[in-house]
Amino acid sequence: MAINRKVGFLKGLGYKGGGPMWAWILHRASGLAMVLFVGLHILAGFLTQQFGSEAGYAINAIYTNWIFQIVIFFLVIFHAVNGLRVVILDLIPALLQYQREMIWLQWLTIAPLYALVLFVIIKNLLGL
Amino acid sequence: MTSRKVVKRGFSLDYIMWLFMRLSALVLYVVGLTGLTVALVIGARTQTDISTIIRWMFFPNPMHVANSDIVNLDAFRNEFWNILQYIAIFFGVTHGMNGLRIVVEDFMGSTIWRTLWRGFIFFLWIFIILLASSVILAS
Repeated sequence: MAINRKVGFLKGLGYKGGGPMWAWILHRASGLAMVLFVGLHILAGFLTQQFGSEAGYAINAIYTNWIFQIVIFFLVIFHAVNGLRVVILDLIPALLQYQREMIWLQWLTIAPLYALVLFVIIKNLLGL
Repeated sequence: MTSRKVVKRGFSLDYIMWLFMRLSALVLYVVGLTGLTVALVIGARTQTDISTIIRWMFFPNPMHVANSDIVNLDAFRNEFWNILQYIAIFFGVTHGMNGLRIVVEDFMGSTIWRTLWRGFIFFLWIFIILLASSVILAS
């Protein structure tokens, strides 16, 4: 008998994985978002540089939008800090007993970095 | 009743890529912090704003500082930065494409679709590396 992997969406939502589960979901979502945005940005950079193409400028215009910046900076900072936590836990398995504390430490690391980013974006937005 | 197959120990694609994901993450941290530090030392401290320096930190390409107040771009356009850009691109794109492969393969078994997706992601990987290399060489 194989393991039953077919779990419905609603049943899946009821799974109480807590902090580590949400970190895992956010890590995947932010990683996929970055693959999309970095890939498009490389393509846009190539198009503008080689052909001066309008499509390239149109894609790059998205990156100057402040709403986009607020979202992407959260995803990038989260992915970087969460990834560092995963690397530390994998390379030093003795720390695994503190993994829930490390989730809190991770959010405490993200908060000031993201606050700085929000400060700069809002400052530029208001033209100060 | 059969039990789930246990992957055999030793080197396999999944083990090598598992290790690669951890090491490339550390490499990207080193590249970003090196780019930030060296740029601040060679004059970005007084010639750019914080948004530009963050952009530079993610990818030290002269196009990323061309719009700021830097008078002479030569210090931001040499072999040191080209090598750093290649390292950032190789490890960054490979990390991202392998992440895409891991997510996609979590949703399929050993079917023909997995092989097709692997092939597609492999060509996407080569394509993006080539695009980025051409941007590095031409800027």
